[in-house]
Amino acid sequence: MMELIQEYWRPLIYSDGYQITGLAMTLWLTSASLGLGLLLALPLSIARTSAHRWLRWPVQGYTYLFRGTPLYIQLLIFYTGIYSLAAVREQPLLDAFFREALNCTLLAFALNTAAYTTEILAGAIRAMPRGEIEAARSLGFDGWKLYVHLIMPSALRRSLPYYSNEVIFMLHSTTLAFTATVPDILKVARDANAATFLTFQSFGLAAVLYLSITFALVGLFRLAERRWLGFLEAGR
Amino acid sequence: MKKILLLLITTFLFNTSLLAKDYEVIRFAADPNYAPFAYKDNTGTLTGFEIDIGHAICAQLNVRCQWVESDFDAMIPSLNAGKIDAILASMTITAARQKVIDFSSEVFSSPTAMVFRAGTELSTGTAVGYLQGSTQEVYALKVLAGQGIKVVAYADQEQVYADLQTGRLQASLQDAQQAQSGFLRSPQGAGFVLGPIIESELMPSRSGIGIAKGNHELKALLDKALAALHADGTYARLQEQYFPGVNMFSGQ
Amino acid sequence: MLPTFSQFVATLGAFAPMLLHGVWITLQLALLSLLLGLVLGLLGAGAKLSGVRTWRLCAQLYTTLIRGVPDLLLMLLIFYGLQTGLSRLTAWLGWAYIDIDPFSAGVLTLGFIYGAYFTETFRGALLAVPRGQFQAAKALGLTFRQSFVHVIFPQMMRFALPGLGNNWMVLLKATALVSIIGLADLVKVAQVAGKSSQQLLAFLLLAALVYLLLSSASNLILGWLERRYAGGVQEPSR
Repeated sequence: MMELIQEYWRPLIYSDGYQITGLAMTLWLTSASLGLGLLLALPLSIARTSAHRWLRWPVQGYTYLFRGTPLYIQLLIFYTGIYSLAAVREQPLLDAFFREALNCTLLAFALNTAAYTTEILAGAIRAMPRGEIEAARSLGFDGWKLYVHLIMPSALRRSLPYYSNEVIFMLHSTTLAFTATVPDILKVARDANAATFLTFQSFGLAAVLYLSITFALVGLFRLAERRWLGFLEAGR
Repeated sequence: MKKILLLLITTFLFNTSLLAKDYEVIRFAADPNYAPFAYKDNTGTLTGFEIDIGHAICAQLNVRCQWVESDFDAMIPSLNAGKIDAILASMTITAARQKVIDFSSEVFSSPTAMVFRAGTELSTGTAVGYLQGSTQEVYALKVLAGQGIKVVAYADQEQVYADLQTGRLQASLQDAQQAQSGFLRSPQGAGFVLGPIIESELMPSRSGIGIAKGNHELKALLDKALAALHADGTYARLQEQYFPGVNMFSGQ
Repeated sequence: MLPTFSQFVATLGAFAPMLLHGVWITLQLALLSLLLGLVLGLLGAGAKLSGVRTWRLCAQLYTTLIRGVPDLLLMLLIFYGLQTGLSRLTAWLGWAYIDIDPFSAGVLTLGFIYGAYFTETFRGALLAVPRGQFQAAKALGLTFRQSFVHVIFPQMMRFALPGLGNNWMVLLKATALVSIIGLADLVKVAQVAGKSSQQLLAFLLLAALVYLLLSSASNLILGWLERRYAGGVQEPSR
C-alpha cells in the first residue's frame, strides 16, 4: 500500500511529468464545465421562461435532448462521433478544436450541465413571487434591468440547493473523462491497478479523494446557503 | 427466514465438487477488440485466432469453453478475484506479470511495431497511442515520453485505430501481427504502414495463457492441450487460416 | 463520410438483431436494478428511522458513502470486491464457486447504488405521512403488515413519487456506464456496429434516440402514476 502511494501520489494529485493529471485535472474539468455551463444557462434560462414561443421552444428542445440522453453517449458523440466526419476534419478551425481530447470532453460536459442548470434556473425564475416583480415594475425597473437587478439574483439564490446537487453530479461525471483519453483521478487509479494489481487499494484511494472533495463542496454549499438564503430560513 | 433457509439448502444441493477441482468448464477472458486474435463478426459472435485456439483446447480436454469479455487491464484483477479461470488475450509473458500470475506454455510469439501513415517522422509533439495496461504502455512511458513524444493511453485497441485514422494520433504502438491483420489489411488501413520491429526487453514477444498463481493443475492441462494442438496439426491449420505464410510460434 | 440515409438503413438491417438485443439488455438491467434499489431503499429508510442506533449508523454510512463516490468508481469496486468476497465465502464454506456474470454484477451494483438514493427519498416520504395515520391504524387494531400495505404505503407513495421518478431517470441513464465494465448493452453494441460499418456517429445518434424514447415513455408513466396516487388530495395553492 505504501509503495502504491509513493509511486502514484504525484500523478494522482497533479502531474505525471508530462501533463496535468489526477486531482488537478478532475478539479479543472469540474470547474471549467460548471463555469461554462452556468454562463450558457443564464441567457438560456431567460429564453426558457420567455413569453415568446420562438425563444422558448429551441431552448426546451435543447434541454430535452441533453437531459434525456446519458452523458456517456454525449461524450462519445463529441469525442469519437463528430471527429469521424470528414467535413469536420477538413475545416481548419473545427479540426483544431475537435482534435484535442480535452476540448471535446469540456464541450460535452459543459453542454450537459448547461441543460440541467437552465432548467433549474428557469424553475427558480418561475417561482419568483409576482408581488416583487410588480413592485419593481412600479418603481421603474423594466426589461433587462429587471432581470439583472431583481430576477436573476433571486433566481440564483433560490437555485442554490438544487445547484449543489448539480455540482456534485458534475464532479462524479468527470470519471467518464478517461474514456476520451483525458487523465483524471480514475485513469491514474486504473494505471496503478494495471501496474500493481492491488485493485482495492488503487480504487479505494481514488474513492477517498472523491469523498473528500464531495464533503468539501457540501460544506461550502451549506455556508453559501446560510449566507444567501438566510432570509428564507427565518420563521422555521 | 424460511426463504433464506430454502435458498441455502438449494445452493448446497446444487454444489457438485466439494473436494476435487475437476474442470468441466474453463472460463476464458477475451478482449474482442483485437482482430484477428479476438473480435466480433457482424452477427456479434466472438471469433478469431485465439478464440479458435481456445475452442480447440477445450475440445482436446473435453471441457466446455465459456468466454468472458473484458477490458485488457481488467483481466488480471478478474483472474485474481476468481471471476475467470484463464486469460487468453495475447497477454505477453513479462516479469512483472509473472509476479502476480502464472502462464501456460507459449501460445504465439509476436513482436511490437508502430503503425503510421507512410512518410510520417516521429518527433517531439507527435502523438502516439497505445492500449492501457499493455506492455506497449510501459515502453511508451519509459522510452517514448522521455523523447518528448506525446503518449496517449486508450481503453481499447479499436479506439486507437479510430483516432489514428482521424488524425488525432500520428502513430500507434501495438503488436505487429495484430496491426497487420487487424488494421493494415482492412480498408481503413489504406495509406498506413508498419514501422520496423521494436526490440526491447520492456516488451517481450511471447504470449501465453494467464492463470491464477499456483494453479498447477490447470497449467498442466493447458500445456498438454497446447502440445496436442501442435502435434495433430490444428495449430498449423489455424495459423495458416489467420496469418497465411507467417510463423507465429517461436518454440522457445 | 456522412452516410446516405439508405446506406445507414441497409447497415441497420444487418445489425438489427444485435441492436435489439442490446436494447433488451439495457431495459432489463434498468428495471431489475430499480426493483433491487426500491427494496434496499425501503429497508434503508426503515433502518434510518428505527430506534436502533446501530441500524441508523449503518444506514447513514451506506447513504453517505454511495452518494460521495462516483457511480463508475463504485461499479469497479463492487464488481471486483463482490466477486472476491463471494469467492472467499464459498471457499471457506466449502461450496462450489458461485459466479456473478456481468449482467448480475451490473444489476447488483446499480441496485446497491440507487438503493442509497431511494433510502433518502423514502425516508423523506415516510416522515411526510402524518403521525396520526400510524396511530389511528394501530388504534383500529391493524397489524403492522396491514397498516403498512393499506394505510401508510399509498400515502407515502404520493410524497415519494417525484423523488423516485427523478432517481429513476438518473438510473436509466446510468445503465450506459455498465458498458464500460464490459456488458454488451445498447451503448456497447452501437459502438461495435458503428465502428465496423464506419458509420459511428449515426449509430451513436441512434442509441441516443432510443434513450430519449425511453426517457419520454418514463415521463409519461410517472405522470400517470403521480396523478393516480394524488387522487382526492388537493394541492395547496401557491
